[in-house]
Amino acid sequence: MAATVTEPGSSLKYKTGDWRAFRPVVNKEKCVNCLFCWIYCPDSAIIREEKWVEINYDYCKGCGICAHECPTKAITMEEEKK
Amino acid sequence: MGMTGDEAVAHAAKQSNVDIVAAYPITPQTIIVERFSKYVADGEVHTGYVCVESEHSALSACIGSSLTGARVFTATSSQGLALMHEMMYIASGLRCPIVMGVANRALSAPINIHGDHSDMMGSRDSGWVQIYVENAQEAYDWTIQAFKIAEDKDVQLPVSVNLDGFIITHCMEGVDVLDDSVVSKFLQTRKPMFKLDPEKPITVGALCFTDYYYEFKRQQVEAFSRIQAVLDRVAKEFKGISGRSYSAIETYGMEDAEAAVLCLGSTAGTAREVAHRLRAEGKKVGVVKIWLYRPFPIDEVRAALKNVKALAVFDKAISFGAQYGAVCSDVVSALHTVDKSPRIFNVIFGLGGRDVKPSDIEHVFNEALETARSGVVKQETLFLGVRE
Amino acid sequence: MVVLKELPTEELFASGHRLCAGCGEGTINRMTMKALRGPTVIIAATGCNEVASTIYPYTSWKLPWAHIAFENAAAVASGVVEAYKAMARRGVKQGHIDVIAMAGDGGTYDIGIQALSGAMERGHDFLYICVDNEAYMNTGIQRSGSTPHGADTTTSPAGNVIPGKPEWKKDLIGICAAHGIEYAATASPAYWNDYITKVRKGIEVNGPAVINVLSPCPLGWRHESARSIEMVRLAVETRYFPIYEFERGKYKLNLNISKPKPAEEFLKAQGRFSHLFKPTYRKDVIDEIQQNVDANWNRILKLCANS
Repeated sequence: MAATVTEPGSSLKYKTGDWRAFRPVVNKEKCVNCLFCWIYCPDSAIIREEKWVEINYDYCKGCGICAHECPTKAITMEEEKK
Repeated sequence: MGMTGDEAVAHAAKQSNVDIVAAYPITPQTIIVERFSKYVADGEVHTGYVCVESEHSALSACIGSSLTGARVFTATSSQGLALMHEMMYIASGLRCPIVMGVANRALSAPINIHGDHSDMMGSRDSGWVQIYVENAQEAYDWTIQAFKIAEDKDVQLPVSVNLDGFIITHCMEGVDVLDDSVVSKFLQTRKPMFKLDPEKPITVGALCFTDYYYEFKRQQVEAFSRIQAVLDRVAKEFKGISGRSYSAIETYGMEDAEAAVLCLGSTAGTAREVAHRLRAEGKKVGVVKIWLYRPFPIDEVRAALKNVKALAVFDKAISFGAQYGAVCSDVVSALHTVDKSPRIFNVIFGLGGRDVKPSDIEHVFNEALETARSGVVKQETLFLGVRE
Repeated sequence: MVVLKELPTEELFASGHRLCAGCGEGTINRMTMKALRGPTVIIAATGCNEVASTIYPYTSWKLPWAHIAFENAAAVASGVVEAYKAMARRGVKQGHIDVIAMAGDGGTYDIGIQALSGAMERGHDFLYICVDNEAYMNTGIQRSGSTPHGADTTTSPAGNVIPGKPEWKKDLIGICAAHGIEYAATASPAYWNDYITKVRKGIEVNGPAVINVLSPCPLGWRHESARSIEMVRLAVETRYFPIYEFERGKYKLNLNISKPKPAEEFLKAQGRFSHLFKPTYRKDVIDEIQQNVDANWNRILKLCANS
């Protein structure tokens, strides 16, 4: 009723990963787990692991903020292959 | 108790234990908000009174409050109602059971502070339940009933209780008020269908594209189709506590009337007085008073006009460019599929608070009787009381 | 001091929303959610944020959230705040609920200024966050009262005669300060420590608090999506967007930029100012902008010194 959405976070069913033209790739050796990429990601597509970060490719739109902001250049943007 | 219409509405809202009143003053609604402010200042109510900075913010704040599950009341008039027009549709679309007293007053321009129906008629499509009262007693009774109708699980829509500016709002009458405990028991606490609650997070007011919008509007249509049944149930219960009967319409002399007048609001009282006198003279006249204007009580109107030969429909507002005023259009629509229906003419009257005297109404009755006799409508629209 | 590792991993603003890739609002929403202290309700105005995060039947929000209209986030929030208080007075046991209104610069500086002014004057206990991307972005990049001088927007286009918006950015913090509220501050998501601290501070204020957070818009500002955070860092480093706060009548500079980069560096990086560089280098406009940046910085320093 009244266009209320009763399921919180239901947008998780909408995978925006297919928006990507480029995908971020994490070099785990270079990652110092500073979490800058995590806090800056507009799509919560950075997953915090014990010692490094992973990318949630289901939602990552390939904006490139993570790669651009990474202080150790641990993330590179590679062309998305279909 | 001696009260004006405005005072009666304020008193009813007070007894209805509203949680929030967010309102902006405008003549002739001002007494409602001033009275309520005094209740708050004197600690007589738990209500949060928000002195908003405009009517648009008034209804906005009311919607916010209503979405938390609170019982909400506001009041406005004329330009104020026009300013909150955007929010009227939103209040209904978001299914907020807000009750609003509207002190009907003419819309600018020219600016005029007196009573006519142009304000609420301008918002008649907004999805609000609309009730028009005849006097202060009805203003009191209907405000209380409005909360129960609005909050019913089958309705969940906002309600406007309309009272003629100055004629009802500022005239002192004897109003029979119920005990606080009786009203509390009648209304009980509001049980919202949904609310903004951190325990159960919901999103209200989502964007609906072409694939969903229509269905939500259809839901509102369905709710409108259930209102009369709810109103009858509420009115029955109200009769039990007050002894006063209400329904969608009220008729006088329609059992054998050949000519009738149909109107909303205080005019019905004058019309009834005139009809009473004319009937004593042997003239077969009657009055149909509409309480529930939206949803328009099609069945009741058809039944009331079953045997009448001529009908004058009073409109206290103009619908520029249309053949008839709003009320007359509604009546004609209701009757167009009926085999036998009366000859109808429209009476535009009372604009900007132009007084309508018993002699004016008697003139209309005589015109209607003539139409009943001849079967011919001399004038489709009669502008009553204007200086040509 | 905000330590990233200590921030909650729970995302109350979930993925799957349809904000543009690199939209500052996504970042700002997430940072805002990290600053909450307890049960919270969000009231949003119409704008990119609202439209992209709640397309029926999807919602990205995992807390109570309502969108009512464009110009009234502050009025709606006022109603919500007072309703919770009124219901508590009549015995409803709910505990305190924080209310945050979120609106864009459109819904704040212009069409929303009345509602914000009224809410500040009445002193309701809520935080108002203006997510400022400096134009009406959602409707197609039209100018707002927040759009900077010289910016190209669709209603202040860079034409043959007029080089972008003639007017200057409205001073929102000044307006808030004039209402005598306890707390008003600017912020940039490039400085997450400052922003998250300020959001929490604003929530904790007992009364109205306003934060004006600069939000990069790759589409409207015309820069690569990857450089979004860089843009709002540059905005601060050039003193174009000073980071300061007004608290209990006193001004305080939060980020002192002692060696500012020239404003031109901020302008050069964005397509919305490209007409100031090509086909002709508009030294007149660029100098004007630099002068205004300097004057504004000095004005703020003076306010801080007098506090």
